[in-house]
Amino acid sequence: MTVRFEIVTPGSALKDAPAPASPKEVSQFGEPANPSAAALAERFPMVVERQLVIWGETVVYIPPGSVLEVMQWLHDDPSQRYDYLSDVTAVEYRDFDRPIEVVWHLRSLPYRRFLRVKTQLSKTEPLEVASVWSIWKSADWLERECYDMFGIKFKGHPDLRRILMWEQYREGFPLRKDFPLRGRFSRAEQLRQALAQNPEARYSMEELTVADAFEDLPEDMRARLTSGERTGE
Amino acid sequence: MATGKRTVEVELSTTGLDAQGRPQRVPLVTSEDGGVAIAPPPSIEPELTADHMLINLGPQHPATHGVLRLVLELDGETVVRCIPHIGYLHCGFEKIGEYRQYNQIIPWTDREDYLNSIGNNVAFALGAERLWGIDVTERCKVLRVIASELSRIISHLVWLGTTCIDIGAFTPFLWAFQQREYVYNLLEAWVGARLTTSATRVGGMAADIPSGWLDGLKKFIRDFPDTVFEIDRMLTTNAIWVGRTVGLGVMSPDEAVNWGLSGPMLRASGVAYDVRRDFPYLDYETYDFDVPVGTNGDVYDRYLVRMEELRQSVRILEQAIKRLPDGPVNIDDPRVILPPKSKATSEMESMIHHFKQVMEGPRPPVGESYVAVESPKGEKGYYMVSDGTSKPVRWRIRPPSFVNLSAIPKMVEGHLLSDVIAINASIDIVMGEIDR
Amino acid sequence: MGLIAPADHKVVSYVPETQEGWVATRLDFLVNWSRANSLWPMPFGTACCAIEFMATAASRFDLARFGMERMSFSPRQADVLICAGRVPFKLAPIIRRIWQQMPQPKWCISMGACASSGGMFDNYAVVQGIDTIIPVDVYVPGCPPRPEGLIHGIRLLQDKVMNERSSDPRIRDEMNPDPSSELYIPPPDINELGEPFGNSVHQNRSAP
Repeated sequence: MTVRFEIVTPGSALKDAPAPASPKEVSQFGEPANPSAAALAERFPMVVERQLVIWGETVVYIPPGSVLEVMQWLHDDPSQRYDYLSDVTAVEYRDFDRPIEVVWHLRSLPYRRFLRVKTQLSKTEPLEVASVWSIWKSADWLERECYDMFGIKFKGHPDLRRILMWEQYREGFPLRKDFPLRGRFSRAEQLRQALAQNPEARYSMEELTVADAFEDLPEDMRARLTSGERTGE
Repeated sequence: MATGKRTVEVELSTTGLDAQGRPQRVPLVTSEDGGVAIAPPPSIEPELTADHMLINLGPQHPATHGVLRLVLELDGETVVRCIPHIGYLHCGFEKIGEYRQYNQIIPWTDREDYLNSIGNNVAFALGAERLWGIDVTERCKVLRVIASELSRIISHLVWLGTTCIDIGAFTPFLWAFQQREYVYNLLEAWVGARLTTSATRVGGMAADIPSGWLDGLKKFIRDFPDTVFEIDRMLTTNAIWVGRTVGLGVMSPDEAVNWGLSGPMLRASGVAYDVRRDFPYLDYETYDFDVPVGTNGDVYDRYLVRMEELRQSVRILEQAIKRLPDGPVNIDDPRVILPPKSKATSEMESMIHHFKQVMEGPRPPVGESYVAVESPKGEKGYYMVSDGTSKPVRWRIRPPSFVNLSAIPKMVEGHLLSDVIAINASIDIVMGEIDR
Repeated sequence: MGLIAPADHKVVSYVPETQEGWVATRLDFLVNWSRANSLWPMPFGTACCAIEFMATAASRFDLARFGMERMSFSPRQADVLICAGRVPFKLAPIIRRIWQQMPQPKWCISMGACASSGGMFDNYAVVQGIDTIIPVDVYVPGCPPRPEGLIHGIRLLQDKVMNERSSDPRIRDEMNPDPSSELYIPPPDINELGEPFGNSVHQNRSAP
């Protein structure tokens, strides 16, 4: 029986390290930091704004412009090897003046490390940050969801459109703090808008290029499709 | 030369077990040098020039495991491109989490991955307790391990039943759901609900196990492996099953890590990442269990990994029952735990304390925490940010099925339409978790 | 409370002019009996209630004894749409399209709190009760309802089917939504056992 893949075990880059143990009696700020934080501060001294260790997890703050460079280094450098992107999300605080933070949760499987990288986006400017899709493909849908819920645009993402709400959703970005829990419109209006979406018409531009319906599309839509436009918004 | 007699070599479609007793793999295509090339069959070129077809699978479809919509571009029967659409079960969990106290969020954790309800409760409680820096009691830890493993068993049973239906075998569905009924009886005796349990609270559990519950669990553990053996015997060396699952949806280890896969999807591709082993919680490093890893990355390997995980879960449950200590199940921390009723109804301070905890809710210090557990689907994480009030600023669910499903366009390219169903089934998606 | 009292269908009020003959009533009984005992469900299962529906169809709480083991996933061949699970706004046109695809005679069971009234999801994303999108015959409360609860709901539906009379001219009318709002308004006379939970169409304020 031919075996196809070699088995990869996490922790392969650690030599003689003790087996991992469940955290016990974790102090709020006093746990040792992830060595990557020190390595980042050394490699990008002008870039790393702040670091802290909270409940045993290391958090590094970087400016939005340097996200791609730092992430690329964290992925490629043989002493870091953060090959697993666990999550991309954003946090908006109740205090209106605090900026929105975009959070990346990175894991290094060879070194068994966990790092949280954050960047702060001021609400007075357009919410844009670089996409890490070119480094980790798992960012594909995670960034789309972040855009859908917060309105943060990820530059360099191949297909940034709404993923959880329908593409013509007009009420706004749901997870923003100025978006009320029950939505901005009345229930009857929400139902009307939802029912107005023709289920058969919910194909994205990309899909419509394939279908036989291409000839039936209106002229301007066909022109936009042939010129390469892909998103349906 | 044989005289007058022609011997025809017939290659059996299944050879059963090989010399080492392991199930023999059935190659779909053999390459010229006789080795096994796990490649999908080439699409049959139509004589007429035909356009590609656009097929819409879902969102209401029996085989999409929930409301998933797959738009497939087909060249004949072969999938050229797959574009998944999700969001048909988006119910605003994360938004509503910002308007609820920590203990009030626990019923929501039941409903997002509803097959792993009690496992999600455990994960959320761990995350919330991290915000306070609380360690729970030993009894609570072992009970939570029991809960997580029971949850893993019932989730894999649903996966098994529904995957068998998708691929065509109806009977294992009934066997699997029968076993789920036994676990439902246990869960109902413990917390009162069959499916949506809400079993944990910040600092402990909603209730301790009733007397005699462990006997019921021991009986279940004694009888359950027979069912696993029966299903295993029926499927693992079955020509139809093997023929329909081997070589499908292969992800190499590098791709799997890069696409963020986790759980059995990742382990079937050869990466032995299990959160219980690599970033342990609830003292999992003290339990003796194996993490099954596949080497072919196809649907058959994912099936084998999940079947083996069922057996390993039984092993963990046996050890947990033996080591369950006596003692309190909730910690004695007034910041999160309500005072006992006898004190709350007689002493003024306890009554005020009880009132504040119930009306306003426990308030953690300012901070954030991300706790990941190994759910049956993969790495399930809860990221909570607190600003000192009783309601979180942000409650983020890191859904394993969401990230696993994002790789489906890559996995189904080049396969046939019926293989799409098998591959979709092997990802073990729960739309409640994907869409939240 | 009211769920314990059985449906009082021994008392039938009728007008002499519409009194049917013996043959007509026997035919009615035959048709209704065969319809009630072979309802082919279309499980529109979205979330946790779908799992309890599957458990009801499995061997412990067998649905086959009610003639419902043949799940029809094509709406064209189904009799009763069982909406099991929460319905977000994105799914609303889908469920309406599926309801429109079902041929008469058709009924609808709204299983669970989320399908009946939005359940615990009182937020921007979930329809607060599918009875504004499709006409519902039976509401089954619970989160999720126990299989016994769902079976009680199915029995209520069977009672409702048995009480249909072909002399009623409106019995198979396709109930159309209100033209101005495109939403369904629940009928004025409602059997108390099948009362809707709140009238979700009248929720037209958005303050939290």
